[in-house]
Amino acid sequence: MARKLLFENINIPGIDTFEVYRKNGGYRAVEKAIKTMSSDDIVEEVKKSGLRGRGGAGFPTGMKWSFLAKPEGKARYLVCNGDESEPGTFKDRYLMTYIPHLLIEGMIVSSYALGANTSYIYLRGEMMPQIRILEKAIAEARNAGFLGKNILGSGYDLELYVQPGGGAYICGEETALIESLEGKRGNPRIKPPFPAISGLYGCPTVVNNVESIAAVVPIINDGGDEYAKVGIGRSTGTKLISASGNLVKPGVYEIELGLSVEDFIYSDEYCGGIANGKKLKAVVPGGSSVPILPANLILKTVNGEKRLMSYESLSDGGFATGSMLGSGGFIAFDEDQCIVRNTWNYSRFYHHESCGQCSPCREGTGWMEKVLHRLEYGHGKLSDLDLLVDVAKKIEGNTICPLGDAAAWPVASAIRHFRDEFEWHVTNPKEAMERNYGLAKYADPLPKLEEV
Amino acid sequence: MSDKVKVTIDGITVEVEPGTSILNAARQIGGDIVPPAMCYYSKLEGSGGKCRTCLVKVSKGSEKDPRPMPKLLASCRTTVMDGMEVQNITSPEVLEARKGVVEILLINHPLDCPVCDQAGECHLQDLSYEHGVGKTRYEFERRTFDKIDIGDKIQLHMTRCILCYRCVYTADQLTNKREHGILGRGDASEISTYIEKAIDNDFSGNVIDVCPVGALTDKTFRFKNRVWFTKPVDAHRDCPTCSGKVTLWFKGEEVLRVTARKDQYGEVEEFICNTCRYDKKKTSDWVIEGPRHISNKSVISSNHYETLKPLPVIKPNLALQAANKEEFERAIKN
Repeated sequence: MARKLLFENINIPGIDTFEVYRKNGGYRAVEKAIKTMSSDDIVEEVKKSGLRGRGGAGFPTGMKWSFLAKPEGKARYLVCNGDESEPGTFKDRYLMTYIPHLLIEGMIVSSYALGANTSYIYLRGEMMPQIRILEKAIAEARNAGFLGKNILGSGYDLELYVQPGGGAYICGEETALIESLEGKRGNPRIKPPFPAISGLYGCPTVVNNVESIAAVVPIINDGGDEYAKVGIGRSTGTKLISASGNLVKPGVYEIELGLSVEDFIYSDEYCGGIANGKKLKAVVPGGSSVPILPANLILKTVNGEKRLMSYESLSDGGFATGSMLGSGGFIAFDEDQCIVRNTWNYSRFYHHESCGQCSPCREGTGWMEKVLHRLEYGHGKLSDLDLLVDVAKKIEGNTICPLGDAAAWPVASAIRHFRDEFEWHVTNPKEAMERNYGLAKYADPLPKLEEV
Repeated sequence: MSDKVKVTIDGITVEVEPGTSILNAARQIGGDIVPPAMCYYSKLEGSGGKCRTCLVKVSKGSEKDPRPMPKLLASCRTTVMDGMEVQNITSPEVLEARKGVVEILLINHPLDCPVCDQAGECHLQDLSYEHGVGKTRYEFERRTFDKIDIGDKIQLHMTRCILCYRCVYTADQLTNKREHGILGRGDASEISTYIEKAIDNDFSGNVIDVCPVGALTDKTFRFKNRVWFTKPVDAHRDCPTCSGKVTLWFKGEEVLRVTARKDQYGEVEEFICNTCRYDKKKTSDWVIEGPRHISNKSVISSNHYETLKPLPVIKPNLALQAANKEEFERAIKN
């Protein structure tokens, strides 16, 4: 059984209540941090742990914290980004539903480390049940003296608020989230200045993913060095993976980083293989915005090594043959899934969610969606494939926020790896409406690399 | 002197105040190396960064940290660092990206220039002429909106809008209360007032001047004449609310339109009030100063003869003169 750090106690009945959570060692981290550690110690400990942001970009959390400006007389804020809206990712919602106190505990420790006296948990508006659960958890924690004025007699005050958003994907981008939190239209800000210098209400702000904040709890409990022992290389600790698609057992799994992708898909401890005895065709390993990989490339890297669930291994090969761990939204496609339709579906999502602030993303996402729609419904042309690649290239990297990249990558990668299937849609439009392209050669062993 | 920072743009070095944006540093040099800007407006705080036409490549971050920037940057919102090296027209990557942005800006633009009042002084026209491609690859129906009247003097034709947000900043910053903004999201977003509420403010007419395209037009001038048939003349009057410095656009002896004076980047020198703009359309209301100088590249100054003068920053700087020699010769020849 692999080691679990976040979900160790998830199966204990009533773990969502304060008493049961406390009885099972909850809020130890708060006591340890506030009574025995200074805020710099905590930042140092998080740095030592090698924890990387779990929201998608994988930026080291300890580094992010140490960049926070600390001007005199200005408030600092910690904002928890719970605007989980990436198609394929649902780990944060699971965590907040079943073990809300873990997030609250992480928030208290992190706020203490950053010297924030007011912290916010920004949730997607659709997560109404989770908002109620968190508000209840906050009330319980306050009752027990872990929140409010003078926490545990240390003189440290913290107010924690839950703020529902309007339900926009773009508000998961940290500066758009800050705008939304301020009550404005959720448009990403132009950086610099970064939130660490001027964020919420012009004050230094740290925005962290729910899972990153929750991971601070085991780091403080066991020490950063202990946490760094779990995992592989620079990908330390455990990661929540939301597995979905054609799997026998889809769901949220906590894995040690470094588990092989093959084990994750096929072992009974995790997903248990592909549903209905079918074969794997493709995988999107980190939420809809990361490049899609065919079955042969997801199980093995282009060098013939086993691909592992880690930041480095999944991105091995760059964008030509690799992908990204992203936010851990693991979507598996079996042989009966149509990649063209799926790409159109993703593209439709990004078209709908583009904020419309900067032109390449506003116009380009719509353009890509229309071309993909045409391809899917049998009116495409062969030149459309190059057009899509070119439009994706024009959007990528030229936008204010990463939504442009996120919209461009799935399209560019799908055409890169599944060009045959797209071409088949163009050349056999009638057939494409009636049946799927099938597995073709996407699961065949990779050709041996030629010696150069 | 020592507090100035040195920045090199396309091989031309210039010293500027710290905190200047790359775009403004390039404007101090002038000439072909100035990146085009559709949304940035130096007089509006917070504008810029949206249209992405001013993308440049930073090939050397600064003297201290010489690493190049990984992505192309919006020059209007990136401040210069000491020793920074920027590539604009010398970088094929930038030109390619800019071509892409122009194409993308045009895919939902109606291209109704023949009936558009902005034609002749439209920034999007200039931009697509200079940086775009001849043909579009977009084969779908373009997005359209109904025309909206914002008050009795301004018409909003959202179909032409490129969402530069300039008018939003103008309404925000020149007036006491915010009266219009953006509704909707993505490519369905539109500039609008709250339920077609009229913008009621002494300076509201300036949104027409800041609009780079024909989305906001002056209803007192709509369909009266093409701008290149009118003659721009600088004039002023004693105005109690604004500076009263305007440009009158004559057709024969009639004043067809009054606008603020615009500089070579299409930015107004001083915002003017609605009284000057809409109500003073008699020559006797104004003191005429002389003809308005319009860039010799503009269609408005066709058949008007002017000789090219080097930009003021170049005049005392021999190095810059030498570097821009070719460009001068080319400009004089035209």
